[in-house]
Amino acid sequence: MAAQPSDTLATLKTESETLKTKLEEERAKLHDVELHQVAEKTEALGQFVMKTRRTLKGHGNKVLCLDWCKDKRRIVSSSQDGKVIVWDAFTTNKEHAVTMPCTWVMACAYAPSGCAVACGGLDNKCSVYPLSLDKNENLAAKKKSVAMHTNYLSACCFTNSDMQILTSSGDGTCALWDVESGQMLQSFHGHAADVLCLDLAPSETGNTFVSGGCDKKSCVWDMRTGQCVQSFETHESDINSVRYYPSGDAFASGSDDATCRLYDLRADREVAIYSKESIIFGASSVDFSLSGRLLFGGYNDYTINVWDVLKGTRVSILFGHENRVSTLRVSPDGTAFCSGSWDHTLRIWA
Amino acid sequence: MSNNSGLVSLQRSVKQLRFEADIRRIKVSQAATELKSFCLQNAHKDPLLMGVPSSDNPFRPPKSCALF
Repeated sequence: MAAQPSDTLATLKTESETLKTKLEEERAKLHDVELHQVAEKTEALGQFVMKTRRTLKGHGNKVLCLDWCKDKRRIVSSSQDGKVIVWDAFTTNKEHAVTMPCTWVMACAYAPSGCAVACGGLDNKCSVYPLSLDKNENLAAKKKSVAMHTNYLSACCFTNSDMQILTSSGDGTCALWDVESGQMLQSFHGHAADVLCLDLAPSETGNTFVSGGCDKKSCVWDMRTGQCVQSFETHESDINSVRYYPSGDAFASGSDDATCRLYDLRADREVAIYSKESIIFGASSVDFSLSGRLLFGGYNDYTINVWDVLKGTRVSILFGHENRVSTLRVSPDGTAFCSGSWDHTLRIWA
Repeated sequence: MSNNSGLVSLQRSVKQLRFEADIRRIKVSQAATELKSFCLQNAHKDPLLMGVPSSDNPFRPPKSCALF
């Protein structure tokens, strides 16, 4: 006798519910303590004096994304006005500027070699521009289209070489591309809505990356197989930013639910929430200091909150931007961090 | 037809849940201790945490010498 489709659907639904409960139970069994309890005896952090040391002015509209070059001094940033600018953060000089054929360039990334930048947004693509030493050369002429999505590009990053790029998109997928041929090497399906952010695991940790999306989920992916290996669903709204803890054993996320959270990959659960009743606007962007002790969060209320990752408390609040902070990255050597804002500027803090 | 695609999607979701339910996990106490150790071991190398003298930080203006 042929199985009724409705029976199979019902059986699967029951199994799905059973498995979800089992997953929660397994995670709960190992939840014997909170992170901040383990850190109770750790010395509290003192007062922090962090100020704006440089302001990078030049974008004509909202700054949406930024990335540091490995040389610790150059920064690439992209804006709603379609411009992508490469800055020397020490001198504040603009070294290169490219005008994209679309507005809302939501993603940009520096190549590990420092010789190229990748960017994209409403054009649904990720393009790579080799950076020329000749200031007069038209960068747009050498542009290479690498990734093609069916909706906006939300984030991109090179893997450990200039040869591959990882992208995330409003079409709900992430993908890995070969820069030279433009071929898709792997695709990552599993999010139920727009994917807004991604971060590559530190190289020692192996071939994985984490993504976050409008489905309130963050997913850890195996880059070789395309499989989602872990997923977390504790945020109450869109996840705007994900960033690995420096050891690679955990990651932080920032969300429109006004919280940042820390997830430990080996315990397979959320281990800390960074929130305050007074913080009611979404966190757009997060990054760790070099040791992982500090978590910097850029928020839609124009501020940057600095959190003690271990104790769960806020250690500092930084004012300066005159509109939403949309992007934030710590420099490769940890001496400073850069924030980009809807106020058209970037600020370097140290 | 719509029954079928719902079925396929549910089958995938159940397969994924089975995979995730089976992964090896460690206790939060152990994981948290290791996160803490990493922070403390690397604290001295963290410029934003420790603060570096202005002369060593390219972004901080070096203090000018005062000659008395």
